[in-house]
Amino acid sequence: MRDKEQLYVNHWYEDLYNCFSHFLQKIGSGVKTMSIFNRTKAEQSEDSAGSKHSGHISDYSEDFETAGKDNKDKSEIPEDSVVETITCSACKKEIPAEQMRKCLCVCPECGAHNKISAKRRMHSLVDPGTFRKLKCPVPFVDPLAYPDYKDKIEGLQDKTGLDEAVLLGMGEIEGHKAMIGVMGSEFLMASMGIAVGEKITHAFEIADKYKLPFIMFTASGGARMQEGILSLMQMAKTSAAAQRFGERGGLYVVALTHPTTGGVSASFAMLGDITIAEPDALIGFAGPRVIEQTIGQKLPAGFQRAEFQEEHGFVDQIVPRAEMREVLSQILRLHEKRRWPL
Amino acid sequence: MIRDIDERIQDIDKEIETESSKESDYAADVKIKELKSERKKLLKQCSNPTPADKVYLARHKNRPKVDDYINALFDDFFVQRGDALGREDKSILGGIATFHGVPVTVLGHRKGRNINENMEYNFGMPEPQGYRKAMRMMKQAEKFDRPIITFIDTPGAYPGLEAEENGQANAIAKNLAEMSALKVPVIAIVTGEGSSGGALAIGVANSVYMLENAVYSVLSPEGFASILWKDSSRSAEACDLMKLTAQDLKRFHVIDGIIPEPLGGAHHNPQKVYRELDNMLVAELTKYKKMSPNELARNRYEKFRHMDAAIIAKAKK
Ligand SMILES: [Zn+2]
Repeated sequence: MRDKEQLYVNHWYEDLYNCFSHFLQKIGSGVKTMSIFNRTKAEQSEDSAGSKHSGHISDYSEDFETAGKDNKDKSEIPEDSVVETITCSACKKEIPAEQMRKCLCVCPECGAHNKISAKRRMHSLVDPGTFRKLKCPVPFVDPLAYPDYKDKIEGLQDKTGLDEAVLLGMGEIEGHKAMIGVMGSEFLMASMGIAVGEKITHAFEIADKYKLPFIMFTASGGARMQEGILSLMQMAKTSAAAQRFGERGGLYVVALTHPTTGGVSASFAMLGDITIAEPDALIGFAGPRVIEQTIGQKLPAGFQRAEFQEEHGFVDQIVPRAEMREVLSQILRLHEKRRWPL
Repeated sequence: MIRDIDERIQDIDKEIETESSKESDYAADVKIKELKSERKKLLKQCSNPTPADKVYLARHKNRPKVDDYINALFDDFFVQRGDALGREDKSILGGIATFHGVPVTVLGHRKGRNINENMEYNFGMPEPQGYRKAMRMMKQAEKFDRPIITFIDTPGAYPGLEAEENGQANAIAKNLAEMSALKVPVIAIVTGEGSSGGALAIGVANSVYMLENAVYSVLSPEGFASILWKDSSRSAEACDLMKLTAQDLKRFHVIDGIIPEPLGGAHHNPQKVYRELDNMLVAELTKYKKMSPNELARNRYEKFRHMDAAIIAKAKK
């Protein structure tokens, strides 16, 4: 209920702002005094005065879809599925879908972090009405002419409402602006092909352009086999982009979720300044089955899980889904002011 | 199938050897002559290898290995061992050497040439320590302004228990990121099989070359068949579908050039391959000499950033 109110208020401000800015533009005045509206909008007209690429660009509309109710692309808002109950992947209990949604797919019975769709995750992270999808259309590419690949992708696009296996955009987390990426394992195991690699690389570049921190929720079976060698090359492309973003002072936060393996784990997923993980998420390069076949023995319980990665020094903190927003907000807050020396 | 032809050629070579070791007589001479002409005929049949043939040749046990390339192309080799963090990984061989008098850093996957060496070097499948050792050498090369030359020949990063514990994903990711920003020229050559992130982890180079019969792919054809069709015996089919040959990769703009091989594969005349490689390296290093450190890093970044741009643009139409 509160969320809805907030959404309404945001839209109200936006409409009001639009009226005012038209008026002010007509009389040729700046909008500096309009701090009552969110900074984005106020800075927007400052930018049109010609401060492009200064690091304080705020006309986001060049690179992002507009936010709010008029947004044709409802990327943030998850469809409510028709199913009535959802089976928990861990305890196998039937949980009412409504209750599961409220708990962000964390089982109310056993606490298992069940898979959550990319849209629902994004919705759970950002302040209502603040999500603006990154503009980055990538056409369907089929370098191997892989049988039935196109049909498969088109089917998934219809089913998931995603255009590819990653959803990217700008949003606010408790008022802190960030570029946020969420991989959707519902889209071909969120494997990384040309489109995913291109979108993530572009997101790094746009995050750098607007000096936004970048938060990436990873989940992937690895490289997209159906795209052959070019899917492997996305590992180099995204890693190079992460490196460059870091060299320019960008904050890159990775949240590892179940499962993050293969070519994604061995590229941008392991390059965060801060790395957090959801409880019990499988994180590793080689899949457990391949390892068992190679070494000819069963793997110990908990192998490659988030807690294992934390113990071996590759994860800063394990963060339950319910605390994710709060922790991300803390991380953003701690990096917002760089004022040393005092 | 080149495999059958190649095995017959190996038998012929053995027979020729036995005949030659005998007391020279007319019958033996005739036999040798016959064998040699059969060998010649067989070699001619190797002129159009299929992708599966290339996978066979790329993995051939007599194919030149990283130490052969280092011996043939460089002087004054000083081997460097260890990641300086607690382990030496023998599946990567590398160090400092000179190329036409210029100090360079050279490194590559080491498979070994017999079963004992294979075991010792883990079949050229590095653990994280191997990648960290490679990165240590490359960072040093940057510090001392040495060009870097890497030789890729691996079935992939080792999928083992300890490898995971020590951060295989982390080690590969760090290499990809840091290699992309190196301020010295990097030239990578896929000499045998380049499989998965385990190959790419020393392959983020300004120029990438492949030997004519080398293969480079997102994972091995067996792995590809096993993941997509749950049937690793369909690997020959996978070879055709995967587009993993040097010619395919040149079309995809993933590599810059192809080093020709003699008929029947590099092991039939390694000297010819070394000469080709030497010419290529001289040309490439001369080209990069004109670039500043920052230009070199930018050049490499742009290469990987826009590698698939032409293919994306084509798909847009
Ligand atoms: Zn449960």
